[in-house]
Amino acid sequence: MRAFTPFDGLVAPLDRANVDTDAIIPKQFLKSIKRAGFGPNAFDEWRYLDRGEPGQDCSRRPTNADFVLNQPRYQGASILLTRDNFGCGSSREHAPWALEDYGFRALVGTSFADIFYNNSFKNGLLPIRLPTAAVDELFAQVAVTPGYRLKIDLAAQTVVRPDGTVLSFDVDPFRKECLLNGWDDIGLTLRHADEIRAFEAKRQIEQPWLFSKVD
Amino acid sequence: MPKTLYDKLWENHVVRTEADGTALLYIDRHLVHEVTSPQAFEGLKLAGRKPWRVSSIVATADHNTPTDHWERGIEDPVSRQQVETLDANIHEVGALVFFPFKDARQGIIHVIGPENGAILPGMTVVCGDSHTSTHGAFACLAHGIGTSEVEHVLATQCLLQKKMKAMQIKVEGKVGAGVTAKDIVLAIIGKIGTAGGTGHAVEFAGSAIRALSLEGRMTVCNMAIEAGARVGFVAVDDATIDYLKGRAFAPTGEEWTRAVSYWRTLVSDPGAAFDTVVELDAATLQPQVTWGTSPEMVVAVGGSVPAPEDFADPVKREGVVRALQYMGLVARTPIKDICVDQVFIGSCTNSRIEDLREAAAVVTSTKGRGKAASVKRVLVVPGSGLVKRQAEAEGLDKIFLAAGFEWREPGCSMCLAMNADRLEPGERCASTSNRNFEGRQGAGGRTHLVSPAMAAAAAITGHFSDVRELV
Repeated sequence: MRAFTPFDGLVAPLDRANVDTDAIIPKQFLKSIKRAGFGPNAFDEWRYLDRGEPGQDCSRRPTNADFVLNQPRYQGASILLTRDNFGCGSSREHAPWALEDYGFRALVGTSFADIFYNNSFKNGLLPIRLPTAAVDELFAQVAVTPGYRLKIDLAAQTVVRPDGTVLSFDVDPFRKECLLNGWDDIGLTLRHADEIRAFEAKRQIEQPWLFSKVD
Repeated sequence: MPKTLYDKLWENHVVRTEADGTALLYIDRHLVHEVTSPQAFEGLKLAGRKPWRVSSIVATADHNTPTDHWERGIEDPVSRQQVETLDANIHEVGALVFFPFKDARQGIIHVIGPENGAILPGMTVVCGDSHTSTHGAFACLAHGIGTSEVEHVLATQCLLQKKMKAMQIKVEGKVGAGVTAKDIVLAIIGKIGTAGGTGHAVEFAGSAIRALSLEGRMTVCNMAIEAGARVGFVAVDDATIDYLKGRAFAPTGEEWTRAVSYWRTLVSDPGAAFDTVVELDAATLQPQVTWGTSPEMVVAVGGSVPAPEDFADPVKREGVVRALQYMGLVARTPIKDICVDQVFIGSCTNSRIEDLREAAAVVTSTKGRGKAASVKRVLVVPGSGLVKRQAEAEGLDKIFLAAGFEWREPGCSMCLAMNADRLEPGERCASTSNRNFEGRQGAGGRTHLVSPAMAAAAAITGHFSDVRELV
């Protein structure tokens, strides 16, 4: 995973609550056994007018001009502004893969579903939770300001608006550290392999029925 | 200090805790299916790592598998590749048990685990699948995880997790006839909303929950995620122990006795404190039908589709406008006036033997009326090979077939339509599955979530009907 550095990005607003992971990446694309290449199918059913199938050349498909991400002013956006409960539903990590592959590096919204929130951090995608009033203001400002950009600094835990207003956000210290450094958390966990082994050995004595043998 | 069941499950699995509270939780059972595992196995291999404990793995292919014409194999080459990748990965690393496509015990991962006794009380269970919460029915701490976490668990046998807040959802009293576990959980989601349980571990409690069979409890815990809760569970009682006795992977002899005495402790202590408590009165619950594109958009069968102006919050109001448009519904339409094109009885929520009995009983009680002519198709998809054979032994397949329903092979099927079973754009479906999201059962398809009894009733009358009036 690449390290998360401060950046300044164009903001695209997705003004609806409960955006589920089926909407972010429909099921037919989950048949892929790869991690990459989901970006062209992010929000497939909202973004295109035809039925999406794996293996299509998406650059030739008819697009839905009404869908916000298709509007010329939001091309190249790297920050997605969202509403309540973004990423609800299925645990498919293909959702953050698709958003990251599309070009998003951060999501700014009021709340995110637990599994999606967690999956995002594992893929260098930063979900930022802000109070409803702050998010309402961002939606209002984006609507009237073409080329609206935000500065995001994870180390400082700040989102800076074009007018200089600084919005602070919370993030778990452990997740922050991993994302800032681009750490592989498996490698981190394996530093504690001896502790895991000791725990497992004790467990095997106390609850042997949990360790049925392979046939 | 009195402890909640969540406290006990948590403390029993913490290997170590970081300064900010992030813990390494030891994982007892790792359920694996073909959709969310290939990238994890690949990542493991690329990093030169080995699985930590393969005897924790229970695997099956369920999402991509066809539900008819098994002799033809999997016709879609992309689906076939995914299933074959699982076969190859399990063949290479091993597992406690693997039920591949066409195996007699193959089925939906959340059905085959419990029915084989591979899910035991007090376990931590993970799967790259949000409906892993199902296994909380056995007082397990069962988390749906992403693929990076699947790889993490394969490599380390641990999950990085922070302790969540504790919520208790108490359903007291006795439900009326015709009101099922599915109606209970849909009513809960209607009350607290799809984000109501976010950041919480939910314990379902109260006399109405205790009165449910383990199948019913699995239905309730399955949909905890639809209320935003990654984990949901029910305390151990006699029903839990009775369900497990004699199952393939359940302990036996002296180990069984020891296990049972430990399992009996897996209850919240009297006086244990919860961060949030929600209460429902079982006696007032009615059969539920969702009308929109989020499981929280639900009403009783006697009700009507709401109107945008019923909602004060502008974001919610806009969501209702969009949902009505997508669903092709007009505000204030009585639920019973909504006609269906297809009916789906299946999924990890409602494909167990009890669900099939419940649907068959409705068919039988309507004395040979059978499927309404206006309904194009009624799919009955058992959750596993074992469920299928049990249903056939009881003659349920004959009841469904005589009514004009289709009796299929096990799998996830039209719950998410990754295989060939799907809705066409604009088609409306009464479905016993768990998600009514846009496009979930096929692009442009319109899903209404109901219980198996209500699905069978809709199949027979061609529109939503109060099963209590029909039977």
